[in-house]
Amino acid sequence: MSRKPALQGSRPLDLKKGHVDLSHGAGGRAMAQLIETLFFEHFSNDILNREHDAALFSLPAGRVVMSTDTFVVTPLFFPGGNIGSLSVHGTVNDLAMAGGVPKYLTAGFILEEGFPLADLVMIVSAMAEAAREAGVAIVSGDTKVVERGKGDGVFINTAGVGVVPDGVTIDGSKACPGDVILVNGTLGDHGVAVMSKRENLSFTTEILSDSQSLNGLVADMLDAVPGIHVLRDPTRGGLAATLNEIAQQSGVGIELDEAAIPISPAVKSACELLGLDPLYVANEGKLIAICPADQAKNLLAAMQAHPKGQQAAIIGQVLEDSRCFVRMKTGLGGTRMVDWMAGEQLPRIC
Amino acid sequence: MCLAIPAKIVALRDDGLADIELDGVIKEVSLELVDGVGPGDYVIVHVGYALAKLDPAEAARTLKLFAETGQAA
Amino acid sequence: MKYIDEFRDPVLAKTLASAIEAEASPDRIYRFMEFCGGHTHAIARYGVEDLLPERIKMIHGPGCPVCVLPVSRVDTAVALATQNDVILCTYADLMRVPGSKYDSLLKARARGADIRMVYSVTDALNIARSNPDRQVVFFAIGFETTTPPTAVALKIAAAEGLANFSVHCNHVLTPAAMRAILGGHENGKAAEVVLDGFVGPAHVSAVIGTAPYHEFTRDYAKPVVIAGFEPLDVMQSVLQLVRQVNEGRAEVENEYTRAVTPKGNQKAIALMDKVFEIRDSFQWRGLGAVPDSALQIRPHLAAFDAEKRFALELPVPRENKACACGEILRGEKSPTDCKIFGDPCTPENPLGACMVSSEGACAAHWTYGRFREAQKAEALA
Repeated sequence: MSRKPALQGSRPLDLKKGHVDLSHGAGGRAMAQLIETLFFEHFSNDILNREHDAALFSLPAGRVVMSTDTFVVTPLFFPGGNIGSLSVHGTVNDLAMAGGVPKYLTAGFILEEGFPLADLVMIVSAMAEAAREAGVAIVSGDTKVVERGKGDGVFINTAGVGVVPDGVTIDGSKACPGDVILVNGTLGDHGVAVMSKRENLSFTTEILSDSQSLNGLVADMLDAVPGIHVLRDPTRGGLAATLNEIAQQSGVGIELDEAAIPISPAVKSACELLGLDPLYVANEGKLIAICPADQAKNLLAAMQAHPKGQQAAIIGQVLEDSRCFVRMKTGLGGTRMVDWMAGEQLPRIC
Repeated sequence: MCLAIPAKIVALRDDGLADIELDGVIKEVSLELVDGVGPGDYVIVHVGYALAKLDPAEAARTLKLFAETGQAA
Repeated sequence: MKYIDEFRDPVLAKTLASAIEAEASPDRIYRFMEFCGGHTHAIARYGVEDLLPERIKMIHGPGCPVCVLPVSRVDTAVALATQNDVILCTYADLMRVPGSKYDSLLKARARGADIRMVYSVTDALNIARSNPDRQVVFFAIGFETTTPPTAVALKIAAAEGLANFSVHCNHVLTPAAMRAILGGHENGKAAEVVLDGFVGPAHVSAVIGTAPYHEFTRDYAKPVVIAGFEPLDVMQSVLQLVRQVNEGRAEVENEYTRAVTPKGNQKAIALMDKVFEIRDSFQWRGLGAVPDSALQIRPHLAAFDAEKRFALELPVPRENKACACGEILRGEKSPTDCKIFGDPCTPENPLGACMVSSEGACAAHWTYGRFREAQKAEALA
């Protein structure tokens, strides 16, 4: 991309050792330089390159689905990803969970004065890579800078639009008694990976965040079973929160089989050491699918055939239950409730 | 305040500390409260401190007891 | 996970369940109290009660040091944290415990107090080292499992001259609590407790050994079986308790031999004795004033005693009158007997000790027991 005439002559941004300062959000030349050098350079696409404030595009025919999410994860860099890649995966997945084919994303940044540009480069290039892999384009954005101490390094908001193909109706209220519940892989990876980098918990592990885009997997799943009832990604609050939400929305009960839920040994151990229940730990590359029982085998096969579903498993079923309890048959053969937690799960010492 | 877990000592560190390992997860704990433990031993860990050495012979005996109890029933 | 998974074997669980069914007399009810919060958690987490016959009732005891911390001590923690410059370090379990007027450390933090959750008291020492110009207070709670680490920290702080570090000591003693339950004194009134035996704490016993429990078998004629934390440990202990009751014995038995020895951890005991002394009396939530039941820091370490360093004047706390925690902690009432259980007292809005920690009898019942009751009701319908 050739440099704008107005920017010629200005000192190039020091992306290796420089820091964000207030001028980068002020709307003047400094901000234009940041946007051009960093954001346009990495996100480059036809729509963005027109440099309008608002992105102009057409969508294929069909119902439009739109979603937004804001990312405040700490630490910004964690094993398996960073806030940038997470911000793309998160919104792409929200659209995919509605059965949508994601097309376009926007990205809004709130940068803290003093934030290292080298870190910003890593975050932005991770976003670009994530967008490429998911087949979406980042077509519009915004940058603001807040004073030192008023932000956590960087906050990112992404919003996305996609199109839901005809015949696909996925909704949290559609789970029916008799339906089967599936998950595409191991649970608890993201939460544990992030926690391993938090100062006061310090433990070493090779667990990586599972942060990834799921739209490709969902497309294959809908091809195999267009009549999927519910899709949802168990992010904050983990599997437990998500299933409780769905049970309430659909007015049903759920029974899980503990032995069938895939959890990696390292995640199990980390949770034991910290006094955490993996069912309540966040995931960023997993989905729950609920489908009619006679379609379960097909759906499982389609999931396992996809690289992002190789460890897919059937983990439970939907029941008639006006109290909307989520319960689980434990590894020991007893039953326990999987309750909806009031707030955040805190590590247990007791 | 009892949540404690048996974990294997994999390395000794300075200042009475050690690395324990549980299925690939490594954590540093203090050995201030136990004597005579080293790499390969299992210890019971609570809030970052080893409280006791796990006795493998007793563990085996207890498991055998479970199995035999069941048979006698 | 070695030494963990084997003790969760479902096949062995079934065989132990059959043995218990075969040996529990059909003519009576057995009431066993699991003293320790960790056992309450294990029973709930694995659904152990589903594997036990109806005639065996597990009563949740007060072995949750968070649950028994009185309102006034929670108020003190909040006050310490809201003083200027104090960094208050605490285990996560304490964050949501309600003090007076439903305030809590979590809420105080939201108001700007510098409250930090730590996994280990070592973290608190590190925070003190990294912040030499700030006062750092470690709010110490727990039974004898958790007390030795605090003792180590005080020893280190003294050796280093870590002047900005202090400990607010709320450590409590297991045998005293058991005595209070069995003796059943609340404000001078003796209460009736019907218990057939105790599942003894796992890791408290790893520290204090088995000797301290002999007074209960001797003076109260109640059997005690010290149990490990895994579900098979608990079931084996229940079986041993059933046998003792059937045979009219009241002995201390140790199921957790892989970690508990008769003498316990002598090094830890000696260190605790060097650092702490017994308080004449301590107020327990739900049990009232219990003599010789808690620890305070010895005079030679007064420099690190937060109770001496900070003069705090607090209003007299009020506990909710409708709260039945006292009776529930003693095993006299069940959670559903409490008038405010479920409304307004819930895990989200806990009014008393038993609802605060997930091991508390009421919280455990809310999470797991409601479902079981509903199932039973359905079965009868």
